[in-house]
Amino acid sequence: MTFVLDHIGFDVGGVRVIDDVCLTFQPASLNVLLGPTLAGKTTIMRLMAGLDQPATGSLLHDGQDVTGTPVRKRSVAMVYQQFINYPSLTVYANIASPLRVAGVAKSEIDTRVREAARVLRLDNLLQRMPGQLSGGQQQRTAIARALVKRAGLVLLDEPLANLDYKLREELREELPRIFSHTGAILIYATTEPSEALLLAGSTVTLSQGRVTQFGPTSKVYRDPANIDAARVFSDPPLNELPIAKQNERIMVQQDRSLGRPNAFSHLPDGTYRLAFRADAASIGPAATGELNFSGTVLVTEISGSESFIHVDVGIGTWVCLVSGVHDWAPGQTATVNIDPTRVFIFDSSGQRVQANVVQGAEA
Amino acid sequence: MTSITLDRIAHSYGGKPRLESDYQLKPIQHVWEQGFAYALLGPSGCGKTTLLNIISGLVIPSEGRLLFGDKDVTHLPTEQRNIAQVFQFPVIYDTMTVAENLAFPLKNRRLAKPVIDRRVAEIAKMLDLTADLNRRARGLTADAKQKISLGRGLVRSDVSAVLFDEPLTVIDPALKWELRSKLKSVHRALDLLMIYVTHDQTEALTFADKVVVMNDGRAVQIGAPADLFYRPEHTFVGYFIGSPGMNFMPAGVKGNRAEVAGFEVRLGEIYGDLSSDQSVQLGVRPEFVSVTSGPGLPAQVRRVVDLGRKRLAHVLLGNHPLVVRIPREMEGVGDVVNISIDPANTHVYVADVRVQGRAP
Repeated sequence: MTFVLDHIGFDVGGVRVIDDVCLTFQPASLNVLLGPTLAGKTTIMRLMAGLDQPATGSLLHDGQDVTGTPVRKRSVAMVYQQFINYPSLTVYANIASPLRVAGVAKSEIDTRVREAARVLRLDNLLQRMPGQLSGGQQQRTAIARALVKRAGLVLLDEPLANLDYKLREELREELPRIFSHTGAILIYATTEPSEALLLAGSTVTLSQGRVTQFGPTSKVYRDPANIDAARVFSDPPLNELPIAKQNERIMVQQDRSLGRPNAFSHLPDGTYRLAFRADAASIGPAATGELNFSGTVLVTEISGSESFIHVDVGIGTWVCLVSGVHDWAPGQTATVNIDPTRVFIFDSSGQRVQANVVQGAEA
Repeated sequence: MTSITLDRIAHSYGGKPRLESDYQLKPIQHVWEQGFAYALLGPSGCGKTTLLNIISGLVIPSEGRLLFGDKDVTHLPTEQRNIAQVFQFPVIYDTMTVAENLAFPLKNRRLAKPVIDRRVAEIAKMLDLTADLNRRARGLTADAKQKISLGRGLVRSDVSAVLFDEPLTVIDPALKWELRSKLKSVHRALDLLMIYVTHDQTEALTFADKVVVMNDGRAVQIGAPADLFYRPEHTFVGYFIGSPGMNFMPAGVKGNRAEVAGFEVRLGEIYGDLSSDQSVQLGVRPEFVSVTSGPGLPAQVRRVVDLGRKRLAHVLLGNHPLVVRIPREMEGVGDVVNISIDPANTHVYVADVRVQGRAP
């Protein structure tokens, strides 16, 4: 049971919004579509579901061409960001609804609804109306409805985005487990890199309707193939610095040289973009390594367990991560020390340059 | 100099409350001070919006008094309270330019044109709206419109308070970073009392000098972000602040020792004999439990979670689940590892409330 998107394109108002997307999803796999708003996540899901027809290419489900097959005849279930339930039906009837429509026998419906309710911890709420449920319970009801269908393809479009972050943390852990034994191909759209990492599985990074990388989630995160994939998979945003290599020296703008850091010894002369994530840099009062920049603290953001310190280093603003809660005062001077084994280097076309430096970066 | 005093404010929507559970907002005594930024943080239904509505005048509290400075405003309507408000969704005039929108609250108060122009320019600069000042608001993105709303809320310097009700809801996730930082620097630049309601810990901890953590109608802790992280006064604060939240383990405590699942854990302070109290728990954040190659407590690794910038292991200490931070290279699901719990960051809770020990 694979699902293949073969050179899929889609236009809106004459503009190509999905461009030549080729993806093969394996049976019983969890796949994350990661990208910012308008990257094409929902559009790709709608094409996969059969809610929209592609302008180019074909869709193959289990080897069969399903490109023109209407959504009703496909084995697909979808959960949206907004909780969608029938307000006048009980939780039980909501979960049972796709089975009723499909004409499944009553006793079979009962078995499946109770099984799904147990997995989603809705057993005690089956006789309630959706209006009497919390947001988390309403979304669990919508997920249960997707589960009972036993569809071969389950599409989850930012299903946790409207929930409080604590609920999100809990449901995010449960979701892959809930679907893992069904054999379904699970597609999960999100804008958040941390969500992709928690879900694991495989990740597709999307930028402006194009696939920029597809692979095991931790591999895509640690080893981005191009700058678009790295940017999409970084929160806070990727720190970047244009550099040039001339006669063994690394230049930052025309007048500033980084000297001859070992990290770049294998690069041919040319212009590049050096990039690193917030956790690849430490912040301190003084320089500790060969890749350091002094600057001024602009602001500190605190996420609960971590602090992100925004530093103006003159050639741009970077974000550094510190574990725990620390409030670096704005205006304070600080030095950003970059771990040279954890920088990414991209060439002028945005492709990652596999410089020797990066090898063993995550050892 | 205006402060806002909540003098035993409490609220029950259903008339005369008899039980504590009848209160949607349980009695709270607190002073909000000029020049400070406060956040009301909690899950939906915790009472944070009720409290904000009491300050703005949308809700008259069923008990207690609300003072702006020395003046009792408990029963005054919103428009007589001299407050500015920013809501979840942009509230602006589409047909006006950005500059006219920002100037509007000042024109209404008949300030002189040069004063208005100076203030509008100042606020626009803070919010990166300078380039858009002469554009009409219509046709701007939702993000830009919400920035104008924020600017309108901040433009008056004579307000008693600026109230923000989840103002970043409509902002694209990628832009939230920018606006959170912006709001924080604006707060530092302006001498205003700001009160900000949110269910997002990053917004609350980043923006506020003091965060009021609310749960079930009660303010369970009012503290600086570092206090909430390092010294949660209530188990709910430990759970709600931090991702993942604090670990809690039932324990017997006596002196500077605790017993957890048959193992001895050293504590940073000295406590009385709490060994017979069933409600005693130890609380320690994942950040303060480490895997050690030296002596430690044996824990079995059940699952490793890779969050990219950090790795966590779900382990069992005896029969107790714990989340601990682990080094980059560690794998070993099923392995037994030695863990070390930092005594200085391990707290004792009795019936969910932190008890202070004696210094050793």
